[in-house]
Amino acid sequence: MSNLKNNDNEETEEDSDKTLKSRRRFLSASAALSGFAVAQNSVGALDNPLTVPQWSKEPGAATNKNPYGQPSSFESDVVRRTRSAPNPPGVGSSLTPLQDLEGIITPGGLHYERHHAGVPQIDPDQHRFVVHGLVSNPKIFTIDDILRLPSVSRIHFLECSGNSGALWSDQPTLASARIPFPVQAIHGLLSCSEWTGVRLSTILEQVGVSKTAKWFLAESADSAGMTRSIPIDKAWDDALVVYAQNGERLRPEQGYPLRLLLPGFEGNTSVKWLRRIKLSTEPFQTREETSKYTDLLPDGKARQFTFVMEAKSVITYPSPGHVLSGPGFYEIRGLAWSGRGYIKRVDVSIDGGLTWKQATLEGPRLSKALQRFRFPWTWSSSPAIIQSRAIDNTGYVQPTREQLVAVRGVNSNYHFNGITRWEVNADGTLKHIV
Amino acid sequence: MAHSNISYSGLAMIRYIFILCVLALSNQASAAKKPAQYGIGQAITDSDIAAWNIDVSPNGNGLPAGSGSVTNGQVVFKDKCAVCHGPDAKGGTGFVGPQLVGGQGTLNTSTPVKTIGSFWPYATTVFDYINRAMPYTKPQSLTSTEVYSLTAYLLFLNGILSETTVLDDHSLPLVLMPNRNGFVGDPRPDVKKPKR
Repeated sequence: MSNLKNNDNEETEEDSDKTLKSRRRFLSASAALSGFAVAQNSVGALDNPLTVPQWSKEPGAATNKNPYGQPSSFESDVVRRTRSAPNPPGVGSSLTPLQDLEGIITPGGLHYERHHAGVPQIDPDQHRFVVHGLVSNPKIFTIDDILRLPSVSRIHFLECSGNSGALWSDQPTLASARIPFPVQAIHGLLSCSEWTGVRLSTILEQVGVSKTAKWFLAESADSAGMTRSIPIDKAWDDALVVYAQNGERLRPEQGYPLRLLLPGFEGNTSVKWLRRIKLSTEPFQTREETSKYTDLLPDGKARQFTFVMEAKSVITYPSPGHVLSGPGFYEIRGLAWSGRGYIKRVDVSIDGGLTWKQATLEGPRLSKALQRFRFPWTWSSSPAIIQSRAIDNTGYVQPTREQLVAVRGVNSNYHFNGITRWEVNADGTLKHIV
Repeated sequence: MAHSNISYSGLAMIRYIFILCVLALSNQASAAKKPAQYGIGQAITDSDIAAWNIDVSPNGNGLPAGSGSVTNGQVVFKDKCAVCHGPDAKGGTGFVGPQLVGGQGTLNTSTPVKTIGSFWPYATTVFDYINRAMPYTKPQSLTSTEVYSLTAYLLFLNGILSETTVLDDHSLPLVLMPNRNGFVGDPRPDVKKPKR
């Protein structure tokens, strides 16, 4: 039905897509793993002795054949996907293929999308950014102006407040013909980039903010004119006005040429295509902070200005859509993150939560960024339930779905951060269980 | 020789500590100073900003002078809105736009229906959103009379205004929405730690 209504957690299952062929990728990968297992465990000749492949016998493609490089053609099914056909075309979201990604940085072309009126094509030379309201010197900035200011680069995740929202239901619609991978379908409104730009505080210092200013409005230049009110403390803390992502200028889908970036806050507050910031004493009560992005409780009241994305984690490998090729060693890998700070610990359970063991945190501890974790596992080929839980530096422990539902009911739509459970079947396939 | 080296090192250390102290003091001094001014960005006046300065606050700040009636709103709605929201603003199958009326009394049930009438806390938000973002295919094309009229019509359809109402920049902020007190702050973290 309407995509205008509930695009951040719509779970429509629709027309088939070419994406089913994605399964081939993992089936063939598992076949290769089987071959490896045979080679490792038995003594004797390979079924198919090595031959010299064609690519070893002739030069490859020309240098700089693609001036903007492309992934290997064998990776063509590592793509963003939509849960339903966006209608109108500009309104909707696409999800990051977490099941296929490693480390913590999301390639620019795979960063999730959420648009309210399509992706505008903005000429950076004509774009203007205004800061006004309760300031002594209102100013207008060009992109060239912003580029001259002192810059910072920070690695932060962005997560839509509706991410994982399917799991508010005890009978969630997950994989479909459009998205055969539940970790993408459920959790794919999550990405992480290195963002480069100017501290918002640096910009505010150029305009002289009045002491009476307690909030600021951020407004986009697309035809939705997306607006959110943000407490001024966030501006003085860690808010950024960014123009680059993973070393290159922002992608159009990510707000080219300028966006707000509010580390740890729900994604929609990091207003893209930023054209205006206005300082005020009170919030503006815009549509996106009243009728949308508020969390309805069982008593009919709704929580408002629920900015922080609380600690969460999910196992990305193996996850449904992957197929274990046989008993033996597998490294369980996943992602953890917290909008309040850095991840202190991740626990993994392989018995459905009866017992937990500490996972290894891979790479640097970064505040409000993705944290990769890994956990060694030897699968006996009996059914198992694998799950993870994150603990952040405030001591907050990622809750179960039951704990969340007990406090918030099932109609709050946003901010689901409960534990995700994957059941491993004896045949090596996996599925989501509540 | 060795002795001389040691005393030279000691002197160097004293110098080093002295320099650190001076640096610390100068850092403190600069922290107390005004923040760095880079002379970047051009001054702009309110009249320069006017075309972009369209936000409307609950107290009515930002509302343009003007007015619009429920009856005119019905005409504008049929002409410019019904194609997406349905002839009675109830959305539904075949319409891409959401339901805009009804749902009052459903928020605390298992099937809440969130509309302007049942959920939106401020009437000014209706004006602001229509004015900036509607119609979806042609935002910022409506006159202020049309936006006042549509706001009045949608509030009438939700049983909030009478059919003879004319809204203007003075009366719109005074409209009391049914769910005005339906919102609370963010109490998170709200879930107790699981047992280990």
